[in-house]
Parts: sequence; structure tokens; C-alpha cells
Amino acid sequence: MREITYAEAIREALCEEMRADPRVFLLGEDIGIYGGAFGVTKGMVQEFGEERVRDTPLSEHAITGAAAGAAMTGMRPVVEIMFSDFLTIALEQLANQAAKACYQFGGQVSVPMVLRTAGGSGTGAAEQHSQSLEALVCHVPGLKVVIPSTPYDAKGLLKSSIKDPNPVVFIEQKLLYRQKGPVPDPADSYDIPLGVADIKRAGTDITIVTYGRMVARCMEAAETLSEEGIDAEVIDVRTLVPLDRTCIITSVKKTGRAMIVHEACQTGGFGAEIVAVIADSEAFFHLDAPIRRVAGLDVPIPYNPVLEANVVPTVAKIIAAAQELVR
Amino acid sequence: MVSTHARKAPPVEPLPEIAVATLRLIYTRMVQTRRFEEAAARLFTEGKVHGTAHFCVGEEATGIAVCAALQPEDRITATHRGHGQSIGKGMRLDLMMAEFLGKETGYCRGRGGCMHIADFASGSLGANGIVGGGIPIAVGAALSQRMQGLSSITACFFGDGATSTGSFHESVNLASVWKLPVLFVCVNNLYAMSTPLRRQANIADLAFRGQAYGIRSVSMDGNDAVGIYRAAREAREYVRENGPMLLVLNTYRHMGHSKSDANVYRTKQEIEEWKKRCPIKRMRALLVAEGLFTSEELDVIDAQSAADVEEAVRFAEASPNPRIEDAERDVFKAGPA
Repeated sequence: MREITYAEAIREALCEEMRADPRVFLLGEDIGIYGGAFGVTKGMVQEFGEERVRDTPLSEHAITGAAAGAAMTGMRPVVEIMFSDFLTIALEQLANQAAKACYQFGGQVSVPMVLRTAGGSGTGAAEQHSQSLEALVCHVPGLKVVIPSTPYDAKGLLKSSIKDPNPVVFIEQKLLYRQKGPVPDPADSYDIPLGVADIKRAGTDITIVTYGRMVARCMEAAETLSEEGIDAEVIDVRTLVPLDRTCIITSVKKTGRAMIVHEACQTGGFGAEIVAVIADSEAFFHLDAPIRRVAGLDVPIPYNPVLEANVVPTVAKIIAAAQELVR
Repeated sequence: MVSTHARKAPPVEPLPEIAVATLRLIYTRMVQTRRFEEAAARLFTEGKVHGTAHFCVGEEATGIAVCAALQPEDRITATHRGHGQSIGKGMRLDLMMAEFLGKETGYCRGRGGCMHIADFASGSLGANGIVGGGIPIAVGAALSQRMQGLSSITACFFGDGATSTGSFHESVNLASVWKLPVLFVCVNNLYAMSTPLRRQANIADLAFRGQAYGIRSVSMDGNDAVGIYRAAREAREYVRENGPMLLVLNTYRHMGHSKSDANVYRTKQEIEEWKKRCPIKRMRALLVAEGLFTSEELDVIDAQSAADVEEAVRFAEASPNPRIEDAERDVFKAGPA
């Protein structure tokens, strides 16, 4: 199979959906001739024109709300919010308007929009350009939340997100944009349904539940652990809302041990929800050890590279936590 | 382009260019709105309402006359004080009253109440509980109209308070840059809840706020239903051809901000002064003076409106509540949109 980057896979999904459906269009800051801050939309304005690849003023609130309004009236907008930190600026329109329209209007309307944004640390962009804010949006009923970990998943999940009748927050991972991975030829188009986790590595001794950039670290940790005779199962939930509870519960019943790994701060993080899913289920009776979280420290992301690298889970920390649980 | 706020009623002008049926519609819907809100207030005192309400008594000319100048395919976004805007867009009194009482038969199945009432079939994209929250949505609706090649427009209602939000400024700018067919309608009732306009804005006229974004901006008497209709009709044509415009309608709410307002921030004298400028009384006097309607004919409209509202109340009170087992319905839409 050919290999393309995560950014290319996202671009392919956007282009395929725009070619297939004239209602799909893009809006965001510097997505036209500049090609997007991370180059995802490079070349798209040349193919689709300025009407469908719309550069906007620096108005995250208004462009998110305009997308919601367009989605309610027959279009299928895809908004790019340059950094997920700027979700905080768009949040009123996302959480109070887009998320609630279907419910508060008694099912009269749906809001088929996608908000793409880039999350995560590791670029030296420090406190205001490095956050992992997924828990913020997961807490608002009416929003679906997707965080892909590979080019293959990014393409298939984005295609499903664009076709979904509901607002989807699609959180891309900055450090993955240039990572390559196998993706079928465009002729072999595929969608990945939202709400289906992917077992990235099957194992019998411990379940590691994770998503996004941490999937690769958990896979690396699992390889090291296997050399020590610990056979880890790595579950990439892929979509946080809806969450594939069955996959998680089934795995923990099998392994009897569970840990959750995410880059976001621990307190109030989505890992707590996954812990609760396990503890609230019959998997609880199969546990041989406490459920463990390996998450970012409860600090803003610092600028200094040594500090930055050490406030989020490292492979070593993941390995150590797993060893402790299996011991 | 900013005209000064007309503080006195203009002299009676001849109305030959406005269809009598349109004048009847505007008058009727203003009276319906007044009766609707009086009935709603009564239901409050009877303890039959859960929640709050924001009444537009005194401001009826704004929503009704602007919407009378729209076409059925045009869309609106309404405010929390939006009964007149909804009725103006052709929404039904019975389904509105049922929504007010939270009933399953209401426009939103009792999920939103009047502060979040919508009827997509008649082009109302929703009232909004967030001041300024509907402004970008109107811009998006106008973007759809443009991209879909439609010749319709979106009228976006908001109050004076909303013009201080970032939402207003970002949205008006965006609509201006993209030249979208949005008619921004500022219902300036002089108070953002309790804060008077002079403490909200250090400018002589709110229309300046539209000019800052390079759009045509007009400020006018908001209690003159006929004048507003004329201005909105012209504005609709302008907006279709040229992109957005701001229409500031200077008016006053007779009642408090919401049900819990004791009106301590303004004088009885001020309120009484504005009551003399009631838009319904004023239109009635104009229609009779012009010889277009007799007083008796208008009495019939008044009586019919009151009866229609009472029928709506009966319908709403007799309607069922939503079922508890449906509380999780419609959080997400299933299947393709």
C-alpha cells in the first residue's frame, strides 16, 4: 500500500468530499493561497476556488457561528480553527449554538458541520498554542469529538465526520501532520464510522486505552513491554464522543488490568471518563489492579523544550506504569 | 448616511404605495403580539409558566414591520425578546403559546421555550438566549443563500446590548467583507437589561457601528410601523444587490427586562412618556386619519386577535407535556442530514 502523510490524508478526505458533494466547503484563516498554517489545504483553492475555500478574517467566533448558520440552511461547512487553543474563542458558537440547535428546536434542524483544529504540544509554541482541550468539548452534549492517530484513520474518520448530520470537532495532532502511514489508493475510497475503537495491538496482560499522538507512544511502550513478557493490548478509541464502551470493557474483562494514556492534563481529563466507564461496568469484577491514568501534568505547556517534553506522558512513564500494574 | 433619531412622530404621510392588505397585516400582527404577551403575562401570574419571558410590549413595530417587508423564502434570526419577530415571520400563535408553556405540541416540542423558539419551515432560524449569539448564524444563513444562488436575504434581529458584543463586530465585518445579503436590524430599546445606552456606547448613534465596517447604516424611529415597513422594503432590495446593511430602530420596552425586573433603573415618567408613543395606537390613528380603515373595522381586528390568542391559550393548556422517556431525543440527529 502507498504511504502518505497525516496532512495529505486529511487533504484527500476534504478533496474527495468536496468533489462528491457541492454543499461541502471550507472556511478558515489562511487556508487559501497560504494553504493553512500546517499546509493541510495546500493547493485546494486552486482546484475549488475562493468560494469553496474561503479565507476569513481573524474571527473564530463569527466563522464558527457562520458555519453553524450555513449548516442549518443546507450547506456542509468545514471550519479550520488554526490551533485548538482558539476553541476557547469559538466556544460560544460551538457549545451554545451549534451543539444545541437540534435539541432545543425539537429536532427541526441538524447542524452538519465539522470543526477541524490542531491540538497538542511538542512544537515549542508554549502555553497558548499547545493545549489538548478535548475534554472541554466532550462535556457538551450535541458535539461529536474525533482525534485520529494515523493517516489511515484521519482520512476515513474525516470522511464520516463530513457526512455526519451533527457538529463534529475533529482534533488533529500537530506532531503527526508529517508522519507517513499506509492509506489505500484514492480509487479504493473508505469511511471509518464514528464510535468504533480500533485495537491497534492485541494483547492479554494489560489494556492501554489511548488516542491521538499518544497511540504511537503506547505502541512503542508495548513493544518494550513485550520483551519483558508483558503482552499489552492497545486500544485507540479514535472517537471520544461517541465512545466505544464495549470495546474497552471487553478488553479489560480479558486482561484484568487497565491504564489510560492521554496528553491532556489529568484533572478533569477524558481519561477520568474512561476510568469511570470501566469501573461502572462488569469489567470491574475482572480487575486485578487499580485502574491507572498516565496523563499530562496539571500545568500549562511550558516553552523550554526539556520542560515541555516532560509534562506530557513519555514512553518511559508509560512503561513504568504498566510494569507497576502487572507486577 | 446616519439620520438622526426622530424623537417626534413625523407628520402623517399619504400611504398610496402600500397595499391595504399589507397595512392590515402589520396592524393585525402588532395587536396579536400585544395580546399574546398580555396573555403570557397573565399565565405567569396564574403560576402556569415555568421559566421566564422577555416581552416586547412597546417594540412591536420593529419585528412586525420588518418581517412584513420580507418574502416567505427570506430568513430571520430572532432575539430573546422575539415574539413580535416570530409572529411577524408568520409563526402560529397556538404553536408558539404551546412552546411557551413547554408542551409537546409547541414549535420545539417544549424543549426550547420562547427564548429558543424556531420554525425552520417559515424561515425563523431561532430566537436566541445568548445576546448577540444569533448574529453569526444569520451571516452563515446568508452565506448559504449566496452559495446556493438564491435571491433571498436573512434579516438578523438583535438589541442595543448586542452591539457591544464581539459577536456583533466580528459578524458585521465578515458579512461586509463577503458582501452577504444580511439585513442587520438593531432594536434599540435604550437599555441593555438595566444599563442605559449612554453607559454602553460613547457614540451619538448606534448606526455608527455599522459604518465602521463599511456598510450602509440607517437609524430611524422604531415606533413608526409604516416608516419601518418602507425602510425595510427598500433595505431588502439594497441588501440583495449590494450586501449587508444596518437598520437601527429606536424604540422602548414598556415592561421590564424579564419577569423579575422591578424597573428601578428608569423613572415612571420616562415609561409613561414612551407609552404615549405606542406603535399600535399610532398606526391605528394613522389608518383612521388616512381613511383606509374605520375605527370599527380596527375594533374587529382587535377583537379577533384577542380571540385568536385565547384560542391559542386553550390549545396550549390542553396540550400534553413531553414524555420523560423522550428527554434524550434529538441530542444528535441520526442518519444523513
